[in-house]
Amino acid sequence: MNSNIDEKFTKVEDMKTLKTHGVGHWKLQRISAIAMIPLVIWFTTSLMLTLMDGYEQSIEWLQSPFNATGLILLFGTLYFHAASGLQVVIEDYVHHEGLKIVSLILIKLIAIVLGVLSILCVLKIFL
Amino acid sequence: MGKIMSRQRPLSPHLQIYKPQLTSILSILHRGTGIVLSMGSIILVVWIISLTLGKETYLLFSKVVNHWFSHVVLLGFTFGLFYHLSNGIRHLFWDAGYGYDLKHAYISGGAVVFCSLLLTILTWSIIYLSVI
Repeated sequence: MNSNIDEKFTKVEDMKTLKTHGVGHWKLQRISAIAMIPLVIWFTTSLMLTLMDGYEQSIEWLQSPFNATGLILLFGTLYFHAASGLQVVIEDYVHHEGLKIVSLILIKLIAIVLGVLSILCVLKIFL
Repeated sequence: MGKIMSRQRPLSPHLQIYKPQLTSILSILHRGTGIVLSMGSIILVVWIISLTLGKETYLLFSKVVNHWFSHVVLLGFTFGLFYHLSNGIRHLFWDAGYGYDLKHAYISGGAVVFCSLLLTILTWSIIYLSVI
């Protein structure tokens, strides 16, 4: 009797944590998606307008605080969005529990490394 | 947590049991382009690293990128980017509760394909015209 109640209780608690966790991820994925819209349009336009003109023009472009800010936001949002999207794909298609956990950690790690690395490069050129 | 994981629950999307339709193909393509673009984003990191390392490295990067084969790959990435962008906006409308009925799902799906093709052609026309 007692253990039965205990079991029911933990199930409800499990569902609660699962639910709030999932909603948080869902929201952050949409927010990063919305942020990506202006960032991608701005970057592809800049790419066509100046960034294909050569080394000096690109460096000059990156030394503007507005462009440097935009690029840092782009890299940050891009790797957050990519990691959260790939997480959903892994959760849907990788059914082996161990492999799933390892790939989830790996994806986050790679996203953090690439994000930090690219942002540092932008800062180095800007400064 | 462990109790929930170990229970047998229905597994999500079984791609092989659905008959292909425009809507399902576009849905799969959204994930596909998402995965490909995530990997393609490494080109952006290589680009910014090459700029950081100086002119010589940048020119080497530029030389590789301007090879005809790279252009073909980048053309694919451009379409993937515009597709994921347009279809992503379509998804955001769905999340907000609009356009769920079958008729509008097909209309917006057609619009997404049209827009991504148009934007890809437009972008590469500008790139090639500005070079000449």
